[in-house]
Amino acid sequence: MSVATARAARKPFSLSLVRVVMYALLLVLAIFYLLPIYVLLVTSFKSFAEVARSTPWQIPTLPTLADYTAAFSALAPSFVNTVLLVVPATLISALLGSLNGYVLAKWRFRGANVVFTLLLFGMFIPYQSILLPLVLTLERVGLYGTIPGLILTHIVYGIPITTLIFRNYYATVPGEMIEAARMDGASIFNVYRYVMFPLSIPGFVVVMIWQFTSIWNEFLFAVTITSGDQAPITVALNGLAGSLQQNYGIQMAGALLTALPPLVIYIVLGRYFIRGLLAGSLKG
Amino acid sequence: MRERPLGRSRFSQRLDRLTPLLMITPSVILIAIFVYVFIGYTGYVSLTKWYGVVPDYTWAGLSQYEQLFQLERFQADISNTIRFTFLFLIASIGIGFAAAVLLDQKLRGTIFFQNVFLFPLAISFVVTGTIWRWLFNPNQGLNLLFGALHLDFLKSGWLIDTRTALYSLVIAATWQMSGFCMAMFLAGLRSVPDDLREAARVDGATEFRVYQFVILPLLRPIILSAIIILGHISLKIFDLVFVMTFGGPGYSTDMPGLYMFIATFRQNLYARGAAIATVLLLMVAVLIVPYLIWNLREEPER
Repeated sequence: MSVATARAARKPFSLSLVRVVMYALLLVLAIFYLLPIYVLLVTSFKSFAEVARSTPWQIPTLPTLADYTAAFSALAPSFVNTVLLVVPATLISALLGSLNGYVLAKWRFRGANVVFTLLLFGMFIPYQSILLPLVLTLERVGLYGTIPGLILTHIVYGIPITTLIFRNYYATVPGEMIEAARMDGASIFNVYRYVMFPLSIPGFVVVMIWQFTSIWNEFLFAVTITSGDQAPITVALNGLAGSLQQNYGIQMAGALLTALPPLVIYIVLGRYFIRGLLAGSLKG
Repeated sequence: MRERPLGRSRFSQRLDRLTPLLMITPSVILIAIFVYVFIGYTGYVSLTKWYGVVPDYTWAGLSQYEQLFQLERFQADISNTIRFTFLFLIASIGIGFAAAVLLDQKLRGTIFFQNVFLFPLAISFVVTGTIWRWLFNPNQGLNLLFGALHLDFLKSGWLIDTRTALYSLVIAATWQMSGFCMAMFLAGLRSVPDDLREAARVDGATEFRVYQFVILPLLRPIILSAIIILGHISLKIFDLVFVMTFGGPGYSTDMPGLYMFIATFRQNLYARGAAIATVLLLMVAVLIVPYLIWNLREEPER
């Protein structure tokens, strides 16, 4: 603050003008990002009759929770499905990524770089290019149309990103720690178990938040593999909108329910979320 | 007495050396099958006649591709993807860069604004689509706001007008993804050493020149990363189109990712779906493969 005042004292007029302009620009941007949320919130507390009155920007005259109870009873089963999907898929893909990351960062065999690049390519492909054989395979093993089928899918296609994040994370662990453990006679697996794994908590936090959010929000696999009572919440939300063309109050309440778990995580653990986000661009 | 532990340890030593391979093998096998074998299978199906529920692997050569590129719908898809990607990249990178520069000025409230710009990244495209469909409803949402603000010239048919539907999708996608560019640029800006800027200022450079000649050149690799990452997301776009327009009105917002899904799972045109998927994969690979190689070359010290 004192630096700012000192600077302001040097060039009082132009600096404060620049500052006003900058705040104005920030405000315009903030309005762009927040406007949809404002409309979502006010609409979700309105009765059907009030939504029909075409006053979407006004605060509800008689706030009601009717939209939320309706949306909740429509989406609750799929909300449970998503929880049953996200928890195992996140845990298992994080564990696999941790094993791979350890090997690729610390025990580089011949061709490790090629293997790593081939793994990474898997996270950039358009999943349309594997969708048909995936469906046929899941059909053959009896998992098509089920949550376990979707869990398997998310575990497999989560491997590249979880491996990437853990590999970059483990690369920062000093080699001396591993050498010391090796001198004490620890096997390569025990080095992982007793040295690396306990150091992995921050890595697991980043990976698990990333996987949780991505799988929670995912739509293409969900809509292809499941339907009806097996559908996760994104599919159910889209179905809700399809069956309730005009009832925007319920749609908005449903949208908020769908967005809430990842949003809460973002609000509480945003720092780690951004780290996962930047890791996806490889350069992070 | 001495022989036995030694023998055991020789075995365990060999096992130890194999451990890294054993740890990584399950993942390697899964990816080999679910990515590479599957891609191969899709490519193979695209060269057959398969249509209808029963598999038909009769060889058809490249005829699926020839038909595809003559199809009015697929021509629209290609043109839509290119226009969408181009506009989406310009908007996201422009807004992302502006926001990052503003947030890098160490103003009060920076953290608040940063969180506001980033939160859409945490929510699903399906949620984004649901909200923006409501905002774009011509009798509600934005049109009423513009009316109330006497900005009637901004009123539009949005999603129901073939001329504006694609632009409306760009707005929704930019709302969701521009924060990603902002985060990338902000991380880049914060890694520019302060003495570098200070040195330029001492030499008499205006703030604008500092950005032009010192900071922008340093950010060039990040701009390239942003183009590639957002570009490939944009080529693959599916969720947002599925939820907001399902490709309509007409084919004005149809995209290869969506048409592949419809051809395969709604119309049972399996060979055609596989051909679309292969074209899409090639478009993404042209962008991603050089990027992967570039990234790997840049970190020899690890």
